[in-house]
Amino acid sequence: MKLYCLSGHPTLPCNVLKFKSTTIMLDCGLDMTSTLNFLPLPLVQSPRLSNLPGWSLKDGNAFLDKELKECSGHVFVDSVPEFCLPETELIDLSTVDVILISNYHCMMALPYITEHTGFTGTVYATEPTVQIGRLLMEELVNFIERVPKAQSASLWKNKDIQRLLPSPLKDAVEVSTWRRCYTMQEVNSALSKIQLVGYSQKIELFGAVQVTPLSSGYALGSSNWIIQSHYEKVSYVSGSSLLTTHPQPMDQASLKNSDVLILTGLTQIPTANPDGMVGEFCSNLALTVRNGGNVLVPCYPSGVIYDLLECLYQYIDSAGLSNIPFYFISPVANSSLEFSQIFAEWLCHNKQTKVYLPEPPFPHAELIQTNKLKHYPSLHGDFSSDFRQPCVVFTGHPSLRFGDVVHFMELWGKSSLNTVIFTEPDFSYLEALAPYQPLAMKCIYCPIDTRLNFIQVSKLLKEVQPLHVVCPEQYTQPPPAQSHRMDLMIDCQPPPMSYRRAEVLALPFKRRYEKIEIMPELADALVPMEIKPGISLATVSAVLHTKDNKHVLQPPPRPAQPSGGKKRKRASEDIPDCKVLKPLLSGSIPVEQFVQTLEKHGFSDIKVEDTAKGHIVLLQEAETLIQIEEDSTHIICDNDEMLRVRLRDLVLKFLQKF
Amino acid sequence: MDPECSQLLPALCAVLADPRQPMADDTCLEKLLDWFKTITEAGSSLLLLQENPCLVELLCHVLKPQDLSSRVLSFSLRLTGVFAAQEDCFQYLQQGELLPRLFGEAGPLGGAAWTAPTVRSGWIQGLRSLAQHPSALHFLADCGAVDTIFSLQGDSSLFVASAAGQLLVHILSLSMRGPAEGPPGLQADDWPACAQKIVGHIEESLRSTAAPQITQALNVLTTTFGHCHDPWTQVLWVQLHPLVAALLEKDPVPAAHSLVDLLLSVARSPGLSSSSCGLWETLAQTLSHLSPTQAGLLALGILKLQDCPQALRAQAFAVLLQPLACVLKATAQGPGPSGLLDSTSADSVTADILLPSKAACVGLLCRTLAHLELLLPLPQRPCPWPQAPLLGAAVTLLQLCGGSGSPASDEGRQLCTLLLGCVRVQRAALDFLGTLSQETGPPELVTQVFAVLLEYLRSPDSSPTVLKKAFQATFRWLLSSPRTPGCSDLDSHALLFLRELLPVLQKRLCSPCWEVRDSGLEFLTQMTRRWGGQAGFRHALLASEVPRLTEQLLRDPESYVRASAVTAMGQLSSQGLCVPPASPEHPGGQQSLLGELLHILSTDSEGFPRRAVMQVFTQWLRDSHADVVGDTEQFVAGVLQVAGQDLDWEVRAQGLELALVFLEQTLGPPRSHCPYAVTPPVAAPASPLTQALQPLCRVRLFEFAFRALFDCDRPVAQKSCDLLLLLRAKMASSSSLQEPRSSPDVASVEAALQRWRAGDQAQPLGDLEPEVVLAVLRSMDLEGLRGALAESSDHVEKSPQSLLQDMLATVGILGENEADCY
Repeated sequence: MKLYCLSGHPTLPCNVLKFKSTTIMLDCGLDMTSTLNFLPLPLVQSPRLSNLPGWSLKDGNAFLDKELKECSGHVFVDSVPEFCLPETELIDLSTVDVILISNYHCMMALPYITEHTGFTGTVYATEPTVQIGRLLMEELVNFIERVPKAQSASLWKNKDIQRLLPSPLKDAVEVSTWRRCYTMQEVNSALSKIQLVGYSQKIELFGAVQVTPLSSGYALGSSNWIIQSHYEKVSYVSGSSLLTTHPQPMDQASLKNSDVLILTGLTQIPTANPDGMVGEFCSNLALTVRNGGNVLVPCYPSGVIYDLLECLYQYIDSAGLSNIPFYFISPVANSSLEFSQIFAEWLCHNKQTKVYLPEPPFPHAELIQTNKLKHYPSLHGDFSSDFRQPCVVFTGHPSLRFGDVVHFMELWGKSSLNTVIFTEPDFSYLEALAPYQPLAMKCIYCPIDTRLNFIQVSKLLKEVQPLHVVCPEQYTQPPPAQSHRMDLMIDCQPPPMSYRRAEVLALPFKRRYEKIEIMPELADALVPMEIKPGISLATVSAVLHTKDNKHVLQPPPRPAQPSGGKKRKRASEDIPDCKVLKPLLSGSIPVEQFVQTLEKHGFSDIKVEDTAKGHIVLLQEAETLIQIEEDSTHIICDNDEMLRVRLRDLVLKFLQKF
Repeated sequence: MDPECSQLLPALCAVLADPRQPMADDTCLEKLLDWFKTITEAGSSLLLLQENPCLVELLCHVLKPQDLSSRVLSFSLRLTGVFAAQEDCFQYLQQGELLPRLFGEAGPLGGAAWTAPTVRSGWIQGLRSLAQHPSALHFLADCGAVDTIFSLQGDSSLFVASAAGQLLVHILSLSMRGPAEGPPGLQADDWPACAQKIVGHIEESLRSTAAPQITQALNVLTTTFGHCHDPWTQVLWVQLHPLVAALLEKDPVPAAHSLVDLLLSVARSPGLSSSSCGLWETLAQTLSHLSPTQAGLLALGILKLQDCPQALRAQAFAVLLQPLACVLKATAQGPGPSGLLDSTSADSVTADILLPSKAACVGLLCRTLAHLELLLPLPQRPCPWPQAPLLGAAVTLLQLCGGSGSPASDEGRQLCTLLLGCVRVQRAALDFLGTLSQETGPPELVTQVFAVLLEYLRSPDSSPTVLKKAFQATFRWLLSSPRTPGCSDLDSHALLFLRELLPVLQKRLCSPCWEVRDSGLEFLTQMTRRWGGQAGFRHALLASEVPRLTEQLLRDPESYVRASAVTAMGQLSSQGLCVPPASPEHPGGQQSLLGELLHILSTDSEGFPRRAVMQVFTQWLRDSHADVVGDTEQFVAGVLQVAGQDLDWEVRAQGLELALVFLEQTLGPPRSHCPYAVTPPVAAPASPLTQALQPLCRVRLFEFAFRALFDCDRPVAQKSCDLLLLLRAKMASSSSLQEPRSSPDVASVEAALQRWRAGDQAQPLGDLEPEVVLAVLRSMDLEGLRGALAESSDHVEKSPQSLLQDMLATVGILGENEADCY
């Protein structure tokens, strides 16, 4: 059993598991932090961005000044943003049989894999994962395609040149494999390969293994996966949450008794408690708006935003913010808000019960109805006529490199009355803000990551008790900035096995059993014999038939009828010879009684020696040696076959035959 | 006993003795018993029994085999004890063999009723009341009660067990009080048999290997030394001391908690000279034998003792400091002494307790902090007080809990993992830190204190209770910060801190959690009250958004927050801090606050904000707030009118408070209010009283006060009565002219008041003339009213006669119900 690790990002995993005869890709995350190295794509021409000076080497050489621009001491690539793909060279991805998706954030690299590697398998995901994943991809493609950029920089990627660049460009990994965003066509084609599954549904893969998605509690439709054969069980835990937010709660019980538990997608900000952060978010939002400023919340169009809107729904009246407009701007804003209301079966119990009242499960419906929350596909069109300040704007992309957020950063960045509140934990907010410096606007970092923290993991592992834990290397030591925080790492026994990008891990676990079925007529013919109380044995002669990873014992063909001609010959070719079988022996030889028997039969001068494995009976006169061990008995005598047979028969008297 | 009760008593006794008529409510029996106690304390029990033979009949009756309720049986036992407390009555009952039958083997003791804890408890309490004279001691010895009491010490009911222990102590001290010829000698061998028996039992228990028995013996001794300070207690201690000391040799020390209690009780007893009995040695030994979790309480007790050897105090203080020393050592950045304790010998012991489990660690640290907090304000606290290391320890603990500590050692990291986010330790450490502000510390540590407080105030993870404590601690440290003598303004460091604090406060005032907004406002009020007049503070506060946010919180959905916002705004306004720097758009901002508060007073659906408004208004009136001074009469009239209609009695009561302030301002303060008060030069009403009363009439103060006089809530009526009495006193003292005693106006007012009293308050009094008011006041029986109001509301129902009637009526009703069934 092997694990191929294609992504180094612990929360955007992409691993391939070879288990029995199957090749299973676990998640397909896309590392978008690479885009932080690029200049933002403004929706409206920005004189500030277009007038940034080109970057030149220390010696004044300015051959890169078209590709690289400098802003407040940071250097950015002036080109269409590119993404860091999972490893494609470590394993032939055309051999991947299936891809299991755990949540919508972990499928963003799917088009790269399904469309460009010769992949011919099936992708499994739950319905909300696919629908919301589609929205995320659609938004991403839309954000990038609607501001076409003529220039595509590639010179800087040259290894010799990259060495000369300042950090962090100098240290960026695998830049040659960075790719531009996919197209909508590729998205559609990739998504068409997905087969929808429901929680606890059992899916047979080639008869060899069974895979089952379980609720993971992190997002709508998010799942952990169980991959099991008859005798082995591998659990794949990705992005899970034990907090009470909108999704169905996590199913922990089904993860018990795993041989291997692959653990990814823990919280990215283990020191920030989501409850505290939500409070912080609300306080800062209210403070800004009361002072007449605007609040910008860079966010994804689905996920935490639902919870934030719910908190605000409860909070705005108490904070006297009822008259402040909330805008949600995304090409998929409408779909996201509406989709959330229709996936009732995937929601937590509280929200499910609302559907029967009937009420919309999320209160943002009421916010929309009362005109407190308005949503727009883009800032062009209706929004510009409705827009009124002070206001709160939720929009993407959280990297601040593309999407409508770029416009608001340019618009509001100059005033210290305004605030940008970062709630998505995927990007470093300082790096995200770098191309907007100098910035007068206030910045608040309230990362809300509901995924498991280390305390919860340690409780989970205690309860689930897997034999082995496999996790990204980042989880096996405290974060570099807080090296004393021994609590910020996975602590379990035996210690977890860690992996890093482009590593192949042999999982410490051997398969020992395989299930074989016996045909009924064969089973009928068996005559079990009790050899010990409670243990019966029967010999069986059969043909092992293996097809589609299923093994069946069938009755042996009847002995060939002695008939002449070609027919007989053919039969003997097809059917294996059935030799006459010697009986099987069982039991043990009691040495003392055996010696007495020998004496009775005329052997004298018998000596018994104890050895590590059993006994040696020496018949000194006959120059013969009987070696009795736990599972074998040897009679060593010098070319006296008669004596050997006599002795053998004496030995056999003590054993059972069947 | 009054004849009415005597008449009712036989019927009641019959009811009590009748098992078919169970008493539904046993509080009646308690009240009955209390009543009998008062009667017997005042007079002869014997006489009572002789005059009311039904009582003895009742006591005899309960002895008959029947299904009497255990409550009545218990009651009877206790009642017997109450009667038998007087020796002549004891003899009387003894003659009738009643006592042995009730308390001896033949009584409930052997019967099925004994299984009820209330009967066992009644038996003990009966004996406790009875054991007041030497005859009782003989009786106890004869009926073998002491052995039963011994066994009851281990009773399954804690109340019974504890009462048994106390009864033993009582019997012991009674028997040692001795007969009339003088107390027994100081030789234990000369002690009365009963005392010897009890002491023997205690000795036996102390030698026992069973922890419960040892605990019982220790508890009995603790109570003995706590209550009896006669010389014999010293003999007792000398005799038992070796047995107690022997307990320390066991591992673990059994019944450690009770042992600590005993030793402290002995040490505090004035009857014992501690030095002569080896007490100090035992205490020192105990300190070193007990585990740190058990020794803390003993150490605190020792340090509270007045006269105690210095070495023992030092040892006790070291025990108390150990856990914190251990924390400091584990988190120290480099080697070297932490400054808290020089000896590190016992550190490992503490570390063994601290590190393995979170519960033990948190418990020990919280207890230690609480003990030290108790110790700090005491005059006998250890000297020199290690202020700096303790400050360091509190700061370190808070850092560890908040995740900002960066310990270098493995122990430190382990501690960090245990304490991270622990709210209990955070609360205890913040309380302790606040208490430490009574003393100052080295400047660099004080800087750290403010830094850690700011960290807590800022942290989104601080729970509301932790935040409240952080605010309190911050206020205390700000209070202690001025270092320039004679200057009450904040020093420059504190002002710098304040500049960082105000943005945090701003954010907290916007918190979604109402508790946080509330504690933020309370903190603001405290600060404004203290430094509102100081330029540095005013400048920083006015430069922030805090005043404006506070104003917005007047409309908060949570009533507690609105109330706190009202108080805070009242305070800010008093200090002239709620007006934004003069801007043409907001003329008369103050007026609008007054209007807003009046609006809250008349419309808010919750009581708290309205009460807060009344307090603010009273304060404003008292302080002659600028808005109020402008037209005081209109202000008072408006407020009284609204407050008078309020449904919340506290608002109405506060209205009277405001009326009183206005009255004092108009007529001058009461003469004998405080003999040492400097009377402000209020111009004595030169004009006749009627003229002085004019403003009061104009604001309709009298209508308000008269209405309050008949308020359905007693405190309001009492307050109003006091106010009117004060006014009448003024009237009497001022040499005013004789006013007409009766006039048509007076009659109509009196008639209206009569109707009000009867509950019909619809009709207003209309405009009152001072003369009429004076006349009405003179004619009213205010003293009588005050007397009636001073009686508790159930004074009629509390009379014994009423009690007896009630008890009979309950049974009667039961009977009626029975009849209804057919």
